[in-house]
Formats: sequence, structure tokens, C-alpha cells
Amino acid sequence: MSRIAIDEARCKGCLLCTTVCPVGILVQSPRFNQQGYKVAEVRPEDRDKCTGCTSCALICPDLAITVWRSKKPKGGA
Amino acid sequence: MSPAAVKDEILAFDRPEVVADRATHYCPGCHHGVAHRLVGELLTEMGLVDKTIMVTAIGCSVFLYNYLLLDAVEAPHGRAPAVATGVKRSRPDNFVFTYQGDGDLASIGLAEIVHCANRGERVSVVFVNNTVYGMTGGQMAPTTLIGQKTTTCPGGRCREREGMPIKMAEIIGGLGGTVFAARAALNNVKNIRQAKKFLKTAFEVQTKGLGFGFVELLSACPTNWKMSPVKANQRIETEMIPYFPLGIFKDLSGEGGVC
Repeated sequence: MSRIAIDEARCKGCLLCTTVCPVGILVQSPRFNQQGYKVAEVRPEDRDKCTGCTSCALICPDLAITVWRSKKPKGGA
Repeated sequence: MSPAAVKDEILAFDRPEVVADRATHYCPGCHHGVAHRLVGELLTEMGLVDKTIMVTAIGCSVFLYNYLLLDAVEAPHGRAPAVATGVKRSRPDNFVFTYQGDGDLASIGLAEIVHCANRGERVSVVFVNNTVYGMTGGQMAPTTLIGQKTTTCPGGRCREREGMPIKMAEIIGGLGGTVFAARAALNNVKNIRQAKKFLKTAFEVQTKGLGFGFVELLSACPTNWKMSPVKANQRIETEMIPYFPLGIFKDLSGEGGVC
């Protein structure tokens, strides 16, 4: 399963990641981090929709997002 | 913080080692972070980290040496190309680049950048254009767009009074010593990938000893534009790119350089 991890201490809540996610699973959370920014999150029910495209990580100015992509099964498309 | 990778997963994106693992002082939505990462990634990919000397300028990016773990020289305001000239001429085997903003490069440092490019110094320049003086509080820069309100043109920049925004990539592209001059934007994934390609070519013309490489990166300054980061990102697409067209303005990298 592809997934992302958002470092909430680094996230500044700019929400640029929410504008580039092709499946639209990145949203603003109701939580504040220590700096007082409302951080971005992927809701638990949307986690399996991540495609591992890395778009959010590419546009994140604060390098707060790490992306893991699931290996394609051998012989699969 | 990040959970370790489990089986059947590959790490698709992580911070390059040369980019320091610390919080930046930049405002939310500032594109300096993206530009730092692109430079860090490229230096890592090209194997230049150990032989790079960066020349940093004055502006929001003044603390670049805190974020990129490279040897650095801090230049006086606008004089980064002149300092880089000295560094490169005395250490010709090192890779030298400058990282400058638009207030630094296009205003106070205009003479330095023009003559550095015209001499065809073997240095690379990363020029971050956000149409405003960011660090000092949002004053009008030479690149401020017509009608844009800043603290020193509160009614909006007026063509008759302040002239037209300066197009640096075109100017540098018209000089004899330039081998590569291009403009990219950092507002979406496609443009960020293009920016990385341009930066790579600009760095390569130096490593091959061909001449001067220049890349202008259109970026957002949400705080001084008084916009949300998402709106500021959209402004790049709707207002900046129509006036500052993206693309390559000079590319002699395939022709063996300028001399």
C-alpha cells in the first residue's frame, strides 16, 4: 500500500499539497501543531487511496512529507 | 517521526542528505524551500556536494548556509556574482553557484550579474523571483508587476512613474558570455520538474567548463502579497507567467560554449 507520512512539527499548514493531490485525500486537519499551524492530514478512511505519486512531497516547501510506494506485483501491469 | 518502511514498499521520496533536517524560518507557502530542495537534490545526483562552494546573497535566503550543508561564502548585498567570480577563478576545480533573490540580483546587484554573465564566468546562478523585497517587508522591486501594491507603491506600480518590470532571464540570455539562460516556475508539479531540468543544464554547463548558467525561478511570497499560500500559488499562473514567459532564452550547451 502506498502511503505518505507528514511530519506535523514541520508542516506550516500552507495547504499547497492539497492542491496537487490527484486523488484529493489531503485535507486540513482540525489539529494545531506546536508552532500554531493547522497541519495537513490524510483521513484514516482515505489512506488506502494514496497512489504514491509524490506530487505532495514535490510541492511541499518544508520537506514535511515522506512518500512510500508499494512495489508492483511481478507480472502485473 | 516517520515510520520505517515495511516490506513491499519502496521509499519514493525523502529529503536529500545535503538539505538540513531542520525547520526553516520561511513563511508558510514560501517557495524558497522548494528551490533549496531542487538545488540539494541536483548536487547530490550530480555528485557535486563535496566540491561545491555556494555564494549566498542578502534577502530571505540569507540563511541558506543553515539549510544546505555546503561550504559557503556570504556576499555583500547584490555582489554574489562578483564574489563567485573570485571564488571560481581561485578554485577552478570547485563547483560554484550563487543563490539570489530579485531585490538582490535585479536591483542593487544588476551591474555585477550583467558583467559576470558577459564575461562568461564559469558559475551558475539560481535567481528566485517573487516580485517583491521579502525580508525587508514587501517594498517594490524592479520585478514588481504593473498594478501590484507594495509598501512603497501603495497605489500599485505605475508604468509611467516606475517603469516596467525587468525581465532578467531575457536580459541575461542576450549577453555574449551566457551559455544557458532559462525561466521556470515553482507553482505546480509540472513546472517544478521543468525547473529541475533547467537547473541541471545550468549546473552542467559549469561542470563541462562551457560558461555561465542562469535560471530564474518564479516563486510566491504569500506574506508580502497579502494572500493565502494557495491564492499566491494561483497568482503565479494567472499574473506572473503571462508577463514572465517560461522557457529557455539561450542554450549553447550543445555547441561547446562561448570560447
